[in-house]
Order: sequence, then structure tokens, then C-alpha cells
Amino acid sequence: MVETEAPSDLREEIAARVATAAATRQPLALRGSGSKAFYGNTEQGEPLDLTGHRGIVSYQPTELMVTVRAGTPLRELEDALAAEGQMLPFEPPRFGDGGTVGGAVAAGLAGPRRPFSGSVRDALLGARIVNGHGQVVRFGGEVVKNVAGYDLTRPMAGALGTLGVLLDVSFKLLPRPVAETTRALEAPAHGVYTRVHDALLAGYPVTGAAHDGEQLYLRLSGAERGVRAATEKLGGEPLDDGDTFWSGLRDQTLPFFSEGERPLWRLSLPAAADLPEVPGAQLLDWAGQQLWLRSDADAQSVRDAAAQRGGHATRFRGGDPAVPAFHPPAAAVSRLNRQLKDALDPHRILNPGRMDPQL
Amino acid sequence: MSTTRAPYRPEDLTFQYDRTALLKRLRQALPRPEQVIDDAEGLRPYECDGLAAYRQLPVAVAIPDTVEQAQAVLAACHELGVPVTARGAGTSLSAGSLPHPQGIILSLARFNRILAIDPQRRTARVQPGVRNLAVSEAARPYGLYYAPDPSSQIACSIGGNVAENAGGVHCLKYGLTVHNVLSATVLTPEGEQVVLGGDALDAPGYDLMALYTGSEGMLGVVVEATVRLLPEPVHKDVLLAAFPTVESGGHAVAALIAAGIIPAGLEMMDGPAIQAAEDFVQAGYPTDAAAILIGEFDGTPDEVAEEIERVTALLREHGANEVRVAADADEQARFWAGRKNAFPAVGRISPDYYCMDGTIPRHKLAEVLTGIEALSREYGLRVVNVFHAGDGNLHPLVLYDGNVPGEFEQTEALGQRILELCVDAGGTVTGEHGVGLEKINAMCHQFSREELDQFHAVKAAFDAAGTLNPGKAVPTLRRCREFRTLPASGSAEQSQPEPEQL
Repeated sequence: MVETEAPSDLREEIAARVATAAATRQPLALRGSGSKAFYGNTEQGEPLDLTGHRGIVSYQPTELMVTVRAGTPLRELEDALAAEGQMLPFEPPRFGDGGTVGGAVAAGLAGPRRPFSGSVRDALLGARIVNGHGQVVRFGGEVVKNVAGYDLTRPMAGALGTLGVLLDVSFKLLPRPVAETTRALEAPAHGVYTRVHDALLAGYPVTGAAHDGEQLYLRLSGAERGVRAATEKLGGEPLDDGDTFWSGLRDQTLPFFSEGERPLWRLSLPAAADLPEVPGAQLLDWAGQQLWLRSDADAQSVRDAAAQRGGHATRFRGGDPAVPAFHPPAAAVSRLNRQLKDALDPHRILNPGRMDPQL
Repeated sequence: MSTTRAPYRPEDLTFQYDRTALLKRLRQALPRPEQVIDDAEGLRPYECDGLAAYRQLPVAVAIPDTVEQAQAVLAACHELGVPVTARGAGTSLSAGSLPHPQGIILSLARFNRILAIDPQRRTARVQPGVRNLAVSEAARPYGLYYAPDPSSQIACSIGGNVAENAGGVHCLKYGLTVHNVLSATVLTPEGEQVVLGGDALDAPGYDLMALYTGSEGMLGVVVEATVRLLPEPVHKDVLLAAFPTVESGGHAVAALIAAGIIPAGLEMMDGPAIQAAEDFVQAGYPTDAAAILIGEFDGTPDEVAEEIERVTALLREHGANEVRVAADADEQARFWAGRKNAFPAVGRISPDYYCMDGTIPRHKLAEVLTGIEALSREYGLRVVNVFHAGDGNLHPLVLYDGNVPGEFEQTEALGQRILELCVDAGGTVTGEHGVGLEKINAMCHQFSREELDQFHAVKAAFDAAGTLNPGKAVPTLRRCREFRTLPASGSAEQSQPEPEQL
């Protein structure tokens, strides 16, 4: 357990700070714990520390819902949920064991469970933000079904703070599975998707599917009997320290991520895509739909390999900072991105350039 | 039904253009004469959607066959400044596809093809006019189905499902439309084609797919969508539990969720709804119960067996005096038939009914239902309750007679009060039917002025001329100012005069 600080509500201070910045056109660099400072393009602007705005605002386990201030450490939130037998469905990474709730939403990154129980935005029910005018506005809410007004909540996931300063967010939760087990199987990397597809069609409760180049790792979670039955059918060997493997994959502490100096790329690929032949080491997650690549190959060839397969590539960590971190969207989509930015942060003071030079 | 209206406001009706020029451009864009309708007789079927109390004839109806034709229609309307309301199957329950008196209806009825089913990727690429149920039917041979299943799924179409972020009985476990659409091709107000989302699990840039889902035809027009298909569960059980009070049923729902059980569907009906449904479809419901819960549980046979045991024990613990597990597929279908036919069943016991759509936190269920009962007495109108208990989405049905002068207005006023009750309980005015024109006043109660301003800014950024479905979804500040002074709103104390800022 880390020491938890007392909850504090800095909503008004943060809003005032943004309003002043809007008036003076002073760009702000939004900061949480700094665990994902490497992610995205280089930050610009005056740092705005958001870690003081913290604490769980409301949590009723019977609602399967939590509302939490964005500066709250991820660990603190997840410990509180675990104490009630619940969890965030998207298994967010905690790089360097850090991370805040706001950072998890802003980065929009999800762990191994993502293809099976949804992404960050899938779990987002509501958000209170400070927009680029310094106004506090709230969208969505604390209920699963809510279609009142445009959905300005879910686009906050992955927007890297460029659409608003997150103040508090509401998540849909999942019960922690009663039983969980990991199997290691001899199987080729190119067949991972099909293997998982067949397992899902057979009704097996797969919640993780990764391949390290040698073995396929499958995690099964759910009711006791369901997990046991699926385990028997799937075969393979039990992996004793399954939890360590999945958290190492999630938090990038496996040797694959730490060895050597080659840049780390993340390729997001369609289901059943064939694996790109790019020089370097590969680690597959999400049943082959998220491919981690350690490679010195030039950015264009990595991006082309992803795009040819209908996906996209992110320069995740390291490499040439002059290379844009994110795959450039199609021209028409870029225009819509700018229009959305204009609507929420017309003076472009919130994390300018962090996501895209034009946003 | 005698009361018909279209409550647009003067500021919604400011479009000026040459009607003859519009019709000429539409006929240029659409080669066959029957693709443009402008005679009163031909326009009549388009005057309303699933909310028949609101009626309005459009200036014309355009029925393109191809994306190129739809683009040409939009480009012409954009150039001339003509309002465009997209329409699929016309099943909206919120007047989302009600015509604008100065605008055209862009009918997507002819975009009715399933373009591809990819059983390996578990996706379906469909045109917007494809019916919701048709997607699951096409996927069935592969052991797959499309999860969002609104009660209107026989008729409603995918384009409208995306525009409204449609729900259904399986949302709690399998999500809403927004969770089940991978990508969509949309046309901007100018007629430009843009692909949102992608084939992978995420796409670079902002999550525009989420923004457009549920945007009620205000930001763009969907002309194609790729949806996610799920494997059919290998096994499912459906159970029915009877409760002596609605309150005990509500507590039982909370207990299931608290125990970590997520049913595939969990529906509740109150006494009058049970009786109406039983009279209509003979589902075998216990008509002496104050409330019933219908729960569906899916997974492997082992998992489901384990879950049913736990659920049965919990339901009994919370006061269920009867718990029945359907013996076979026929009985499962019968249990569901009563629920799925609840609306038409209520239609048989009342000349008219008005369906509400608020969502509340589950633990407020008993409190809100008591509040609805009090309002029902206050207004002298009967209310029947059918709801998605698992996710707190209520569908109170207000029974009225449209032939009695003033009764529809009373019904609307009661509906408004019910929605305010939902907002005050920490919920929302619409869980899955959309705001449309119907709930637009209620939006004034749910959102602050700054929030409404933010919505207007988004609209202006994507549709500067404001020609896509004008007057819907987000109220003007002028509307809110006026609405808040109305005594029936129950929020008269908030009616501070605000300077107009539009």
C-alpha cells in the first residue's frame, strides 16, 4: 500500500488557472504523475500540476460505478475497487508503478483485457472538465445508459488533455472474476487470432491472449466451473505466476520492453491481420490486434506496414522525437479533429502539439 | 388521435431559400422521378416517426439510391441553406426524424444491403437502412449475432441506431451501439465523405466515432457502418421471479449486481404491465405479483448452472415468492414475449400511451417509482412501468386519450415532471431514445448554460450553417429561458432571466 493523501477539491483553482491562461493565450502543459511523460509529442507550455485534485467522489459497489477525481493515483483507486471485489474493465497500465486516473483517461491506453472487456472510452460514463475557456462543464453522468446531448465524454479518452482538463470521471466497473488462470501453449504467433476466435466461439472465458514469439499465453477468467472446463479443453501448461506475466505485459516491465535501446512501436491492427515483416522483435497482445515492436526500422516503413493491414502505428517510446508520435489521420478526419478542438479549446492552450502539431 | 403538433420555435424556423430552385437541384441530383416527392399526398407518410403525436410535413422528400446521390442532395441543400433531416425506418420515439417545416427528409430507406459479413473478424459491414434484426439473422449461420437489440429491432435500422446510440435489453453485459460499432462512413453537411473509426480496435486522432454515435443526425449522415458481431452464447437460461412489492424487486436487482453477477438481460415490469402483457400474449406471468423480474444468463452450461444457483438464492433472500427457470427454448421465448410486447399490450388497454425514457442510479429505483406514483395521482393519469432494471433505464408509459382535449398536453407535462425526477435522482432524461424534439425542454433541466453553450459550439464547428436536423437535441437558450418560466416544469425557481447570447 502506498500512503494515501487526503482528498482535496481544486476544481475552482484549476478552472481559474485555465481561464487566466485563456485570457493571456498562455499554453498549459497538463501534468499528472508524469509516468507517461514519454508518450506523445513533446509538451509545450507552462506546467499545470493536477495531482492535488484527488480522491474518490462517490463509490457505491451496487451501482458498479465510481466517480473519482482525475489527480487520484491509479493504484489508490484500484485498491479501493479491489477491496469491494471490483475492477476497472480496461486494465490500465501503470508505468513505473505510477499513473493517475486523469492520465489513464487522457492517454486512453488499455491493458491485455481490452479486446474482451472494452477500452477506456467503453468504460467512461461521464466527465467533468475545464474547457479551453476555463469553464467547468460536465457531460455524460453516472448511469450506463445516457444519450442526452452530444457525447463529449468518450472523446476525452485518448485526447491527451487537448480537449479539456479532466476534473472528475465516472467509470463503469466489473466484478473481479471469481476464478482466473493462465495457460501457456505451444502455438505459432501467426495463428493467435484464430486460436482465440475458436475459443470464444466455444464459449471459453478468454480475458488475455499474448504471444512472446515462443508461446501463446491465454488467460481465462470467470465462474469457477466455467474456467475449469475451458482449462481442460484448451490444454497447455499452467503458468504459475500468471498475474506477474500479465502485469508485466501491461506495465511494460517484461524484458522485451527493457532490453536494448531500440525504439518501441505500438501497432494497432485489425482482427486476423497477418503479422508485418518489419525487422526487429515483436510481442503480440490483444490476440494479435496490438503488436509491440522493438525496431530501428524507419518510421515510414513501420507506418506503411500497419496501414497496409488496415491499422496504424504509434511511436510509443524512444526513437526520433522529430517523427510524429501518432499516425497521421486521413485529411478529412484531420479536419474534423481540428473542428472538435476549435469547439472545446479555440485558443489552443491545452497541451498544444502533444497529440498533433495542429491540435 | 386528434392532438398533433410540431413544437419548433420561431428561432428554429429562419431558413429562407427558393423552393423551386431546391426542387430543381434535387431532381438534377436524383435521376428517377419517384426519388423526389413534393406533393402533399406523397409527403404524408413522412409527417411523423414513432412518436405519432408530433406531425409536420416537410417541403420535399429525397430518396437517393447511391452514396454519390446522397452527397449531391446534401451539397445542394448546403449551398441553398435548406434543412436536412435524415430518416431510416422512422421508428424514433423522440421525434428525432420529425420533418422540419422548411426542410427536406433525406430518406436512406434504399440503403438496405448487408455489404459483407466477415465471420473470422466477427464484423458486419452494412448500409444504414438495414434493419437491426436483419444483421443478427445474416450472422446466425456463423454462430454470431449483433448485440444491441432495441424493442423495435424488427423495424428500426442501423443508421438510426448509430444516430441515437440505441440500447436494448442486453446493454448491461454487451454494451450500447457505441460499444458495438467499429467504424462508419458519414457524410458531412457539405456532402463530403469521411470514414470514422477503423478496422483496428482504435484509430489515430480523436474518438470521432463516439462523438457521432448518438449525435441525432445533427453532425453528419451515416451512409455505412461496420459493426461488431458477438459469438452466440453456447448456453443460456431465462428465469422469472415474482415479488410482493416493486421495492423488494428493486433491492433484489441491487443485490445481484453487488454479488458480482452481470446478467445478459434483467428486466422488470410492475403489476399493471404484467396484467396487460399476460392478457395480450399469455406469457404465463403471475398476475398477482406486484413486480416481476426477467433475467437472462449466458455462458458455458457449467457457468450458467453455477450462476443460476447463486441468483435463485439471492432473489429468494430478497423476497421473491416465486422463481421459475424456463424449462426449454419455448418457455424462454414466452417469458421474453411478454416483456417485448409490453408496449403493444399497454396499447390495448388505453387509447394512447406516451413512453418515457429516463435512467436513474439503480439504488434510487424504489424512490423514483414512488415519486412517479405520486405524480400519476397528481395528474390523474395512469402510469405503467416497464424497465431495464439492470441498468436503471425506466420506460414509464403514461396512459391517455388523445381525443380528450388537453389530455396530451397534461401527459407531456407529467412526462416532463418524471424526467426531472430522474435528473434530480442523479440520472438523465434519456437513456436510449434520444432527445429529438420531444425531450428538448427537459435538456434545460439537465444541463447548465455553459454546457448547452458547449454543445452549440460543437454543432457550429461541424455544421456552421446549422442545416442538419435543426431544432432538435440541444435547446436554444431562448427556449430554455421561456421553458423555465412555465409553471408545469416544476423548476420555475430557476427562471432567472438570462441575457440572450446566440
